[in-house]
Amino acid sequence: MSRVLPWAGLALLLALPLSGIGNYPLHLVIMCLLWSYVYTSWSIMGRLGLVSFGHGAFLGIGAYAVVMLWNHFGVSPWLGALAGIALSVLVALVIGFPCFRFKIVGHYFALVTLALSEVTRLIIVALRDQTGGSLGATPNTALAQGATGSLAAVQFSSKIVWFYAIVAFWLAALWVWQRVDRSMTRLALEAISQEEDAAASIGINVTKSKLFVTLVSAVMTSVGGVLYAQYQLYVNPETVSGIGISLQMVFGVIAGGMYVMLGPTVGAVFTLLLAEGLRLALGEHFKQFPALDLAIYGMLLVLFIIYMPKGILGAALEAWRRRKAGRAPG
Amino acid sequence: MEVFDIFLLEAVVNGILLGGLLALLSLGLNLIFGVIDVVWICYAEVIMIGMYAVYALHVQLGWPLVAAMAAGVAMVAAFGALMHQFVIRPVLSAEPINQLLVTGGMLFFLQAAATLAFGIEFKNLGVKLPPIALGEMSFSLPRIIAFVVALAGVAATYLFLTRSYLGTAIRAISQDRQIMPLMGVDANRIFVVTSALGGALAGLGACLLVLQYDIHPAIGLSFGPITFLICVLGGLGNMLGGLVAAFIFAQFISVGGFFFHIEWGYVIAFAFFIVVMFWRPQGILGGK
Repeated sequence: MSRVLPWAGLALLLALPLSGIGNYPLHLVIMCLLWSYVYTSWSIMGRLGLVSFGHGAFLGIGAYAVVMLWNHFGVSPWLGALAGIALSVLVALVIGFPCFRFKIVGHYFALVTLALSEVTRLIIVALRDQTGGSLGATPNTALAQGATGSLAAVQFSSKIVWFYAIVAFWLAALWVWQRVDRSMTRLALEAISQEEDAAASIGINVTKSKLFVTLVSAVMTSVGGVLYAQYQLYVNPETVSGIGISLQMVFGVIAGGMYVMLGPTVGAVFTLLLAEGLRLALGEHFKQFPALDLAIYGMLLVLFIIYMPKGILGAALEAWRRRKAGRAPG
Repeated sequence: MEVFDIFLLEAVVNGILLGGLLALLSLGLNLIFGVIDVVWICYAEVIMIGMYAVYALHVQLGWPLVAAMAAGVAMVAAFGALMHQFVIRPVLSAEPINQLLVTGGMLFFLQAAATLAFGIEFKNLGVKLPPIALGEMSFSLPRIIAFVVALAGVAATYLFLTRSYLGTAIRAISQDRQIMPLMGVDANRIFVVTSALGGALAGLGACLLVLQYDIHPAIGLSFGPITFLICVLGGLGNMLGGLVAAFIFAQFISVGGFFFHIEWGYVIAFAFFIVVMFWRPQGILGGK
């Protein structure tokens, strides 16, 4: 039963666009999946004690690399994505290596990465002649009159194409999550996050293990930035880099549950539904209170962390397991 | 070439003035971290609340500026104590990431609350102080006031911590959080006092900032990251290190902003920070 359930759920998800679901609901589902992919990418390193508050940097690098190369040099987003990935790897190495080599952990690591995400935003804003600054940038359209998609320019007007593409990336991220979860690297990193010196003394290469998951996570996140830019066809320094989005990733994962595979996904769905739900509930009043959703969101996060530190899915699974254990004989 | 040097000198002096202010801003954060072992990611937003408090009392309610500022400092100090009691205290024994995150949640909340209450428009006190000319250079009076008051605040905090009974208890608990309660010190009371002191420093910083800059809900983001970097560069919890780091960073921002655009000043400061992290990861004055 519990083996069939995930596959049945996946089949239902894949059949969703065929059900004649409207454009806007489909857009919401795509955004849920896109953020699920990004949050899962973050959690690959976050759950191993490497709490990065700077993943907005990688998201921003991916998003701006494709758009800038396409708009200014006509470079195909396929190559632009590679450039973004290369730049993300470089940044992850430049930040990660000294942090891990010199044991900058915990608060220090969080603050350094937080500053990194903000500096990325500042660089994007400072290059306003090229990037459009705070106003954001729109990729030049590659679609001629009547055309619905261009594979070379990775622009598709049909949401269904994006739905399947992003489902594929999301599934790939879950696969990577599970691979890391079952690997030696994870055991090594768990040992490291408990007691770094002891781990080193039994022959674990601390710096190498940490760099490995950091690079995996950074590359996946910058691909998320590419997907975001190509799907939305608009990038803005506030939405793809900086402190706001970086903290949002961490919160989404914590809200859903950091230590379970689908936790980040649940977190992404929850935060998106919360924003949409508030928008619907407030209706006409929504425009009068521009930040009410953010205020409630911030308050809920504080309450979540105090009262449900394992997240929604983590807490639910634990309750379910406890019930099962209670029923078992003996 | 002569003129060029004068302007460069002006940028250097402005950097020194900015350094005093940054030192004050990072001192409160540093103090709270050193004693309670929690980093308030929302510290810059607490400063922003103080700026709005001064604005609301002075401009909207028509209080005299000095009274508004005094009340502002008191309000932010009370806010610091409340924040510790209701937000930090419940997660004191939780994982460090959760402690960081509750203060991150407060960042969103405070930003949004300020937007709800005051809107996103830029506000200012409407107080204009004349610049001071010194030869061919000119300096803004608010900056000089900010520098002097900030250093006085730093010195007062130092004296409080080293000369008073309560200050000694605060320093003692920052050295060993487990032993001091056994000696009859009520740790939570010390934490609340420290948070209130951190809040008061934020309030003082707010009074100095509000003389120089317009207020808007996202203003915390413009100096928050810099205060984090100052604290890390100085060695988290190391107040003297923070002081030195504040002046170094201020030079990068001021002189870097003089040659390029102001954002590049921040970028250069960050690059410098990364280089120093390779060289002295425990902070410039941190011992190992």
